[in-house]
Amino acid sequence: MATLEIKNLHVSVDTDQGKKQILRGVDLVVKSGETHAIMGPNGSGKSTLAYSIAGHPKYEITEGEILLDGQNVLEMAVDERAKAGLFLAMQYPVEVPGVSVSNFLRTAKTALDGEAPKLREWIGDLKHAMKNLRMDPDFTERNVNEGFSGGEKKRHEILQLELLKPKIAILDETDSGLDVDALKVVSEGVNRAKEETGLGVLLITHYTRILRYIEPDFVHVFVAGKVAEQGGPELAERLEAEGYDRYLKTEA
Amino acid sequence: MAQHGIEAHEHKLVPLQTRSERPRSTSISDFPELSNRQEIWRYLPMDRLQGLDAEVIGEVTQSELSIALSGAVTANWIDSSEQIVGTAGLPEDRISAIAWTNASKTLLVEVPSDQEIAEPVFLTLKLEELAAKALHIFVKVGANAKATIVLDHIGQGFLAENVEILLDPGANLDFVSIQDWDNGSSHVSNQFTRLGRDSTLKHVVVSLGGDLVRVTPSVALDSPGAEIQMYGVFLADSKNYFEHRPYVDHIAENCVSNVAYKGALQGAGAHTVWVGDVLIRETAIGTNSYELNRNLLLTDGARADSVPNLEIETGKIEGAGHASASGRFDDEQLFYLMARGIGDTEAKRLVVRGFLNEVVQKVGISQVEDRLIASIEQGLEKAGV
Ligand SMILES: Nc1ncnc2c1ncn2[C@@H]1O[C@H](COP(=O)(O)OP(=O)(O)OP(=O)(O)O)[C@@H](O)[C@H]1O
Ligand SMILES: [Mg+2]
Repeated sequence: MATLEIKNLHVSVDTDQGKKQILRGVDLVVKSGETHAIMGPNGSGKSTLAYSIAGHPKYEITEGEILLDGQNVLEMAVDERAKAGLFLAMQYPVEVPGVSVSNFLRTAKTALDGEAPKLREWIGDLKHAMKNLRMDPDFTERNVNEGFSGGEKKRHEILQLELLKPKIAILDETDSGLDVDALKVVSEGVNRAKEETGLGVLLITHYTRILRYIEPDFVHVFVAGKVAEQGGPELAERLEAEGYDRYLKTEA
Repeated sequence: MAQHGIEAHEHKLVPLQTRSERPRSTSISDFPELSNRQEIWRYLPMDRLQGLDAEVIGEVTQSELSIALSGAVTANWIDSSEQIVGTAGLPEDRISAIAWTNASKTLLVEVPSDQEIAEPVFLTLKLEELAAKALHIFVKVGANAKATIVLDHIGQGFLAENVEILLDPGANLDFVSIQDWDNGSSHVSNQFTRLGRDSTLKHVVVSLGGDLVRVTPSVALDSPGAEIQMYGVFLADSKNYFEHRPYVDHIAENCVSNVAYKGALQGAGAHTVWVGDVLIRETAIGTNSYELNRNLLLTDGARADSVPNLEIETGKIEGAGHASASGRFDDEQLFYLMARGIGDTEAKRLVVRGFLNEVVQKVGISQVEDRLIASIEQGLEKAGV
């Protein structure tokens, strides 16, 4: 059992115009096996929350805490957070020229486990996982995310999720840019990880479409840098019908 | 550009006609004494010349250059007064003229026509004496022949060098010049190449060591259908000054040139200079040309100068472009790798290896690639990344 606790999180970024506050007191608890959906308007700070949990250097935590099983995540380096069991599937996965997918995945697995995976087993796992995600085996020889289509990048993120077996995963708009079939394939990947490892999921999305495949236990409405409302799956349906107007008005 | 973690920067374009109008002569007195006021010596640390600019210098002895031939390739020391010497190019600067004048002998390496040589020829120059010396090498590849030649510079010494490369029609040569000197060495190398009709040259420069290394590969594309790939990889630390000035002169129709130099620098005082000149003359219809230099600064205090110059005198070309950028590690790349559990050091190594890989993979000679990879590892070790 793992628990990710976010308490009163305030986050700023440096801009040319000075410091800009983006998160204004986020409280959230995600436990193993749970799926939390976060929905909210563009620019409300969802990705900022995701990056802050993963430790992106651009974001400055000005107040609040992030704990994983009681341990202070904010004191951990980015790689230590991954080793502690956190995973971020990025909204915009980064290209790494000259580094092949197979080299990247093996290096990551080795770093997380503290030892190199047994070659045969590893190759078997990799092939199996790629097949499940309907990824062409050639992908392993391509450079990380270089020239990948939007959908291919997202599959590659979920491939990593399945192979690296984190405790808590944040999926930042993993469903954006996926066609109907890909959405299903990717969702199945997430559900497999949930079943096999009891993964806890924080799923950032704009659409209820993915929530039909990955059923949320909780839905949080994110507005202007904090959670404005929470509820069950029915809240997602209401948001889709009504939009965020209600929350934005109360903000103003 | 941001994809590569490197910021593009402004650079001025210098007219290149001046380049084609530069005097060509074997006579030292036709060139002014070296000064940082002249563009071609602008960046050069004069205090590291070690007498390479003196009118009279020594000459490399035959025992200092070991030759491992392959197949039907021959190598002979000939008199530098023979007709063939100077047929691929003539000095365009004073040190080249000094090297020319002081090398009484020329090593002539010949690949006979129609021969396909499977294994590389290795020419290994090992200097062990701190005295300025001249060397002249002439490589001639016969019509439709195919070969690989590696010229390796190791040890410690001061060298002024001219290398001429002449490809007959349809010839195909991979030529690699490695500068892997011990500290305390200085080396100025002019490499002239002339390509026959439909011939193909892959020219690779690998600079790994030396207090001063200046390589100026130039190519005159004066026969139609010729193609040159010019690649460079360099790894400079705080002891090194590396200068690379590739020059492509497009004269004939339908020639192709592609220049790609990539370097990594680390340590205070590490300095590299890349000046890439491409001139597409009015006669060079159907030209396709691209030049690129990227430098990755691994630590503070390193400096990379990068100046691409492209001059086009005809609109009737296939394409021409250039790119040049120098920058630090890309935080986004490091973050992505680290977010998967890869430690800071390992992540940086992956990024550097990946960055250089693009060119390293082009070398295509496994012995050279292995050595290059080992050097990169060593360099990263030293840089503490
Ligand atoms: N480096 C930065 N400099 C300036 N502003 C930034 C920076 N990073 C984020 N922001 C701003 O912070 C706000 C929140 O951005 P964030 O990416 O977290 O939004 P989001 O909720 O993920 O939006 P979307 O639904 O469009 O993905 C935006 O207004 C954005 O422009
Ligand atoms: Mg976002």
